Amino acid sequence: MKRKTFLSGLLEYGGLVLVLVLLVSVFSLATDHFLQWQRLQIIANQMPVPIMVAVGMTFVLIIGGIDLSVGSLVALSSAMFGLVITNWGGNVWMAVPLCILVGTLCGLINGTISVAFRIPAFIVTLGMLELARGATKVATDSRSIYLGKTVEGLDAPLPWLGLSPAILLALATVIIGQLVLTRTVFGRYCIAIGTNEETVRMSGVSTKPYRIAVFAGSGFLCALAGWAYVAKHQTVDPNAATGIELAAIAACVIGGTSLMGGRGNVVCTFIGVVIISVLQSGLAQMGVPDAGKQMITGLVIIVAALIDVIRIRLTGGKTQ
Amino acid sequence: MSQPTRFRARGLTKRYGKIEVLHGIDLEVGAGEIHALLGANGAGKSTLVKIIAGLIRPDLGLMELADQAYAPNGKQQSESAGVQIVQQELSLIPNLSIAENIFFTKLPSRFGWVRYRTLHRDAAIALKRFGLHDLDPRTPTSTLGVGQQQMIEIAAALNQDCRLLILDEPTAALTATETDHLFTWLGELRQQGVSMIYISHRLEEISRLADRISVMRDGRMIGTYQASELTKQQTIDLISGTPEEASADKPAFEQADPQTASVKPFTSYAQANPLMSVEGLCGSKIQDVHLTLHRGERLGIAGLVGSGRTELLRAIFGADRCTNGSITVGKVRRQLGFQHPKQAVDAGIAMITEDRKHDGLLLSQSVQSNLSLASLKHRFSRFGLIKRQHERLSGSQIQQQLQIKSAGLEQSVNTLSGGNQQKVVVGKWITHQPEIYLFDEPTRGIDVGVRNRLYDLFESLAQQGRGLVIVSSDLQELMETCDRIAVMNAGRLMSVFTRGQWSEEQLLQASFDASASSDETAVEGQA
Repeated sequence: MKRKTFLSGLLEYGGLVLVLVLLVSVFSLATDHFLQWQRLQIIANQMPVPIMVAVGMTFVLIIGGIDLSVGSLVALSSAMFGLVITNWGGNVWMAVPLCILVGTLCGLINGTISVAFRIPAFIVTLGMLELARGATKVATDSRSIYLGKTVEGLDAPLPWLGLSPAILLALATVIIGQLVLTRTVFGRYCIAIGTNEETVRMSGVSTKPYRIAVFAGSGFLCALAGWAYVAKHQTVDPNAATGIELAAIAACVIGGTSLMGGRGNVVCTFIGVVIISVLQSGLAQMGVPDAGKQMITGLVIIVAALIDVIRIRLTGGKTQ
Repeated sequence: MSQPTRFRARGLTKRYGKIEVLHGIDLEVGAGEIHALLGANGAGKSTLVKIIAGLIRPDLGLMELADQAYAPNGKQQSESAGVQIVQQELSLIPNLSIAENIFFTKLPSRFGWVRYRTLHRDAAIALKRFGLHDLDPRTPTSTLGVGQQQMIEIAAALNQDCRLLILDEPTAALTATETDHLFTWLGELRQQGVSMIYISHRLEEISRLADRISVMRDGRMIGTYQASELTKQQTIDLISGTPEEASADKPAFEQADPQTASVKPFTSYAQANPLMSVEGLCGSKIQDVHLTLHRGERLGIAGLVGSGRTELLRAIFGADRCTNGSITVGKVRRQLGFQHPKQAVDAGIAMITEDRKHDGLLLSQSVQSNLSLASLKHRFSRFGLIKRQHERLSGSQIQQQLQIKSAGLEQSVNTLSGGNQQKVVVGKWITHQPEIYLFDEPTRGIDVGVRNRLYDLFESLAQQGRGLVIVSSDLQELMETCDRIAVMNAGRLMSVFTRGQWSEEQLLQASFDASASSDETAVEGQA
């Protein structure tokens, strides 16, 4: 029994880890300084925002939903720092709660409207994407606001580790997310709802609160990402995190999350984010222009989806 | 059989991954022959007919149709060769009308525009031929009950050029009249020289209909026999492969034979105190239903397909809204019943739904996840964390108790056979330990072995003082297993029969009579 779960675990993560190792080896051979602790630190310190957003997205996709508003929610919640610090003369610790509150609230609105009125999440979150981005521009007066070193806290690398608290926070969301998904009633219900919501309902479970909570959770994680964003750039940017929703979905897909719902894994999503980040910075270091980076990243996403389908067929899942 | 051979298969073999599910199957079907294919769940019948119908390809083996090599790749090729299949799973397109579904592959058209007038006229003729004249061909199939949908599906298959017709459990959702219509129709087709492969678990049907019988077991063909030469007992032993198969020991037969199970004395565990009472319940398709379920009682609900049996269970379970009436469970009386299945489950009610793939199972998930789905919160968690050891322990107990055949609790449910899937659905609720079980067609499309196991389960649940409501189209089944049988009819619960005071004729009579008299109210109710 133990062995079997180990084997299936290997099958689950093995392919992704293999791809990652391959990428790192290729880049180490092709460039001079890729596999250096410093270089890897830089890559790692870039990842908190996409990791946290993708963790939330994994849950949203598992219940069969989608959240297109994540980029705007990151921007809007990070804009709270600008409001509190420059406009109201507050400090970072007054800004953080407001940032979290705004992000979570927007997620809650996404969930409530799509669940209560049975509007596809695609449409509601598309609306929120525009709404929150517009609100961000109002809050920032459509200008970048430099906040200075006071907000750097989360991003300042810990001297004994070289990594920032932000990446540790992001890793914590991965671990907690995975535990919630696999070990809690909430996680089990999410997978069940994504598989067949009617079955869950007919098993005596009210599914609506769970679906709303997942969107609220996604909003909460966007707010954390917004905080990490401000810490990293020390700036509030009305155009922050534009297009990150697609990067997050791509990471989930590379990690084997089904867009149809019912299947996903937070750790795999995390590896997906790492693969994209390594790919991006490795290609950049090789001197590949942006256009080429974009094309290669797109290719990787499609190949990942193909591999996933083949893997499911091989392991005897239902092929359809 | 003196007829020439219409269809011949040699050495058909099919593997899924490493598992071989068909081991070199041979089969011959004559022209104008009804050839019954029997076997327990998981024997490989469905796989075999799917190969014949071109839905899946064999790994080995050859087929011939009318002395021509036949190797269909896809449903279109098999259909153009004249092979039609009506599967257990409904394959109608719900948003299209009856007419569009029947003529789906050859819609009458001019320059690409569908000629609806011709279509509806032809469809009406097709429906009439099949005894379905009360259906409007323009109706979307999604609004029909499962039984009616099944009839439409058969009508659609029969409406095409057909040399070999494959019917997989066609009567599972049909009522007695509908079944009679179907049989007459099949008889006519035989006269016209159409060959048929007929899968059914109902042995009476087989003896009524079949010319020859082929029996499969564990992916092998056991043999082909003249229908007239096999007794029911022999057939059942061939299917189940009991050791008594070789020896002709009479008493051993009798135990294995479900047909004589009514000989086995019925013990009633019904007590006097009521568990649930339903008063004046109204909802979509049900009207003013009164019923009382006692502790330890097995209450059957008979009635024609579309008479509101499923709707009644759904209304009690809180899955559909009630417009009037009340439900009392224990001492709590609830006006308008339950608002959500959650409330019903919390009050101790379980519902085993008719269509397990639609709302009974999480198909792509593991046996374990399915078994604990209804009880996760109450039994297997603390502070929201799942107690996995606890869950697994209960899972393996249930698996053992119901003899769910799977390669462990982690196997995904969609790889199990229909019977085992049904056991998982039942197991989900046994795990929850409710007081009241609502069964909707629990044995539909399920082989004799699993069926008898379910009957035993009904009995032991009753013995524990639980109350069971069992909806079934199989009167024999209700008469074997129930203390009382209520007959539903156009949304009303008309008459209730007590054990010993019923006969099949009376029950049928009640299903039909009232439907004639209360037709008008049913129409009013819908309007």
